[in-house]
Amino acid sequence: MKQFRGQALRWEWREGIVEVALDHAPVNEIGTVMLSELEQFAAAIPALAADTSACVFYSARKEGFCAGANLRELYQSALNLDGKKRLAGVRNFIERIHAVANTIDAAPFITIAAVHGICFGGGLELALLCDIIVADKMARFAFPELRLGLIPGFGGLPRLKRDVGNGFVRNLLFTGRTVNATRAQAVGLVAQLAGEGESLSIARSTAAQITKFDAHTRATAKKFIKPIPHVELREEIEIFCSLFARPEVMAALKKFVESTDVMPHVL
Amino acid sequence: MRTAEQTTEEVLDLAARHFNAAPGSLSPDDDIFAKLGIKSLEVFELLSRLETHFGVELPDDELKDVRDFRTLAARIQSRL
Repeated sequence: MKQFRGQALRWEWREGIVEVALDHAPVNEIGTVMLSELEQFAAAIPALAADTSACVFYSARKEGFCAGANLRELYQSALNLDGKKRLAGVRNFIERIHAVANTIDAAPFITIAAVHGICFGGGLELALLCDIIVADKMARFAFPELRLGLIPGFGGLPRLKRDVGNGFVRNLLFTGRTVNATRAQAVGLVAQLAGEGESLSIARSTAAQITKFDAHTRATAKKFIKPIPHVELREEIEIFCSLFARPEVMAALKKFVESTDVMPHVL
Repeated sequence: MRTAEQTTEEVLDLAARHFNAAPGSLSPDDDIFAKLGIKSLEVFELLSRLETHFGVELPDDELKDVRDFRTLAARIQSRL
């Protein structure tokens, strides 16, 4: 399928490059709709692979790339379930998103995330699937999950650890603070820094450069240089689910959902 | 080294330029969020603009209780 238009995202293939636009208000939160359409994209990868050199993920939302998991949906769906059913629902969601993430991570073409604005939690985990992150200089990155009594659950820690030093991972995780694009570039998370409003155009020119090289060599090199940390990803699922079972998580989700604070991400 | 007054002036100027406030319309003791009409996620844009302009990192949790430009400028000044 070379073109797709869903409720949360759309993609289009042109001259060897696929562009995936995230476009789900307010800021591309990853809930059941986004997950389902990401699954459709992952399922389309084998068909796209034959004549695709690169893929650019970007956001059509002004506020940023992605605000992370849809916490409101998560809270509402969990609210009326007993502990066992709640955990089963979360585990199912996590298993599904890991399957999608692993497929996109291992895509035989080169993936580029064009990031602007906020890139938090699950949004950062989505960007981390990509081989190259191009960031607008105003972009900000964060793993705020500890504020909810959780760790990132979409593969974020093993993938961030794959790309940057453990010290930076710990700082991001344990403080829950946001960091700017300049800092993210300095530590190696961001590959290319873009001027304001230029991340997509720079990602496109990077994708055009990638089309020049031999497809087999490119795919072989990617497989060699970017192994998927399967063992740690499985561990992450188990840790996430064990933490989610604690009552503190529902209390923190309730606090977030009901917050009228101007900075609910900084509880 | 900037003085506290210079930092405050630069904060006011930067805020006015990027958040559609008339030049000179902002005062140090104004409520940042009310005056600029900033909602939740725009806080992070302001943070990035301040960090880029002053070349510092401003932990967002330390800014959580900041409401006026003078206090914001003081937080920046302490990191210059």
